[in-house]
Amino acid sequence: MAEIRVVHYLNQFFGQIGGEEKADITPFSQEGPVGPGTALQKELASDIKIVGTVICGDTYFNENIEAAADKITSLVAGFKPDLLIAGPAFNAGRYGMACGAVCKAVQEKLNIPVVTGMYEENPGADMYKKDVYIVKTGNSAAQMRKAIPALAKLAMRLVRGEALGSSAEEGYLARGVRKNVFHKQRGSARAVEMLLQKIKGETFATEYPMPVFDRVSPRPAIKDLSKAKLALVTSGGIVPKGNPDHIESSSASKFGRYDITGVNDLTKETYETAHGGYDPIYANEDADRVLPVDVLRQLEKEKAIGSLHNFYYATVGNGTSIANAKKYAHAIGEELKKEKVAGIILTST
Amino acid sequence: MQLELGHIEVKDVQFGAKTEFRNGTVFINKNELLEILKNEHFSKIELDIVHPGDAVRICPVKDVLEPRVKIAGSGQIFPGYFGNAEMVGSGRTHVLKGMTVLTVGTIVGFQEGIIDMSGPGAEYTPFSKTINLVISADKKEGLFQHEHEAALRHTGLKAARYVAEAARNAEPDQISTFETRPLSEQLNQYPDLPRVAYVYMLQTQGLMHDTYLYGVDVKSILPTFMYPTEVMDGAIISGNCVSACDKNTTYHHLNNPVIDDLFTRHGKDLNFVGVVVTNENVTLLDKERSSNFTAKLVEGLKVDGVIISEEGFGNPDADLIMNCKKIEALGVKTVLITDEYAGRDGASQSLADGHPLANAVVSGGNANATIDLPPMRKIIGHIDAVNIIAGGFDGALKKDGSITVEIQAITGATNELGFNQMGAIEF
Repeated sequence: MAEIRVVHYLNQFFGQIGGEEKADITPFSQEGPVGPGTALQKELASDIKIVGTVICGDTYFNENIEAAADKITSLVAGFKPDLLIAGPAFNAGRYGMACGAVCKAVQEKLNIPVVTGMYEENPGADMYKKDVYIVKTGNSAAQMRKAIPALAKLAMRLVRGEALGSSAEEGYLARGVRKNVFHKQRGSARAVEMLLQKIKGETFATEYPMPVFDRVSPRPAIKDLSKAKLALVTSGGIVPKGNPDHIESSSASKFGRYDITGVNDLTKETYETAHGGYDPIYANEDADRVLPVDVLRQLEKEKAIGSLHNFYYATVGNGTSIANAKKYAHAIGEELKKEKVAGIILTST
Repeated sequence: MQLELGHIEVKDVQFGAKTEFRNGTVFINKNELLEILKNEHFSKIELDIVHPGDAVRICPVKDVLEPRVKIAGSGQIFPGYFGNAEMVGSGRTHVLKGMTVLTVGTIVGFQEGIIDMSGPGAEYTPFSKTINLVISADKKEGLFQHEHEAALRHTGLKAARYVAEAARNAEPDQISTFETRPLSEQLNQYPDLPRVAYVYMLQTQGLMHDTYLYGVDVKSILPTFMYPTEVMDGAIISGNCVSACDKNTTYHHLNNPVIDDLFTRHGKDLNFVGVVVTNENVTLLDKERSSNFTAKLVEGLKVDGVIISEEGFGNPDADLIMNCKKIEALGVKTVLITDEYAGRDGASQSLADGHPLANAVVSGGNANATIDLPPMRKIIGHIDAVNIIAGGFDGALKKDGSITVEIQAITGATNELGFNQMGAIEF
């Protein structure tokens, strides 16, 4: 039986190079399995071999997506593979984005089956689940033991060209494709059954999950701006020069709180952008373009607004999961409420 | 209100000297029926009988009906329609089971459908499994659309009534009894069982998009309460053909599977208290009014849950969601039955509206999925209609007679009363 050749893609951490300090390494390859690749190999059938591993730093990838994807695709091609497996990335946002992008590029350029694994809230999942198969995993590497066999199983079905069942049956993230099937019972009987389960408070499975249109009800308008204390919050990544809190350029794991007492204008010597999702040139030249401190100080002087709160909050909205965005918003909101801020100007990019 | 429904199993349908039921066969006097159906609006009327497995394609189909006749109890089948205003749903009704009467002919609009009696298309329609008396009526030149639609509707109803007379003196093979007591009694009949009601949404968007209740255009009604058995006697008839896959034919109304399945479990694990029928008008004011009124009626029924079935798609998705969220707001649990328009690749959003409270949905399938139908030896109707009916497109009909079309064009394919086993799931 001809051997089935597999390449495995990993980030700097799982590729055993280093932690966050090595997140800027450029892509390279090596023979055979590395790190979790060894466990993955054990779960694959005897005729399926991980012949090579390609490793790349998460920060380098996310800041150079096209170039990195190209380079990685050629490194992968060098092994003449029949299949690419990436990750699993669990809930690591930048790693998830990299796995998704690498899978998509390899699928398109090399025309081979690809598969990766992620937690469903990983921004990479949202971005790539319609393009590539993503096995559902837990939210941290503590679940590696469960993720590896699941990843291997789907990988084998894909490389053998087997027709896949629904996302619920096969354990991959729903790709948003509706396909007709014949159930055992007619629809009306299924409806009666579902209604009785719902009335009794039992679990039931809807046949069509509603699309989620997240709506936030606006608060009532501020009646008198000239008396109001306003605060600035941004997801545009504007931080003091040097990014002292090391807010990530993508999939930010935190937000920062910065003192602008006496600051009337942001300059290229004092502020910069940490956001990796847009061309930084104009924001770096004048960060007021994203965080309008200068305009608000002017309005404060003119007494058009009561005052500008002396602290602003910033994070990077690039690839931030909805769950994290909610978390930061609640935390920031609580603090600003304590400071008796009447309104917030939120800028994003 | 109690109704005995007697099923007379039809093993065959043939033309014969006298219209009667004999030894499992329905005989139809062709000339007598043609004489009754003769109509100034039609240039030609023809009758055919087709059987399951025949290499026949019928298109464009308007309505499908089932012959039923009242043996005892007040009123007659299709009440209000032929001038009799008595209430129906009680006594005894005979059904010729296993056959239909269906109308085809010059296309009225562009929503009529295809029925294949064999081949891959047969899987998607329930009417490939019934013996069908096909009435092809071609219109005269200059006939306006609304007159054409009305004439065809009358034709189908008259023919169904005529054929049903054969069942009057026949002995049913099976009799089922259905009973719903007056509301205050019914609510207390099974005190330990959850109470449920059925919210029955009807297509009412205008010409060729209409439905009739006791002969009244449902566009003009306010939502109202009905006994489930009234539906079994034809209180609701179809005046629409849009789209073929999810329009409720008169046959579907007569055989409403939600009512049937609720009755199956009635007294065992639920208490089925009755039906609220409502419309799907096109203005926002009407939508708000009807959904408010429906919620008010449901509240008055003091039920624990309702099943809501939609008819049609797109515009009425808004009515479906309004009904759902207003009823859920009362603390009454809802399950919705609908179909989907997720695009040919299945990747588009299936419904035009949504709400987190609509968390229990049964689907009749994606109507945009395509199917290849082989050429058929015999066509009844006008096959080039395939190029313009909903689900079809210019070029859908190929030179060799084969057809590529969305299942949207197949009569009954994604029925939203939950008539079929087909549904859709997430891949």
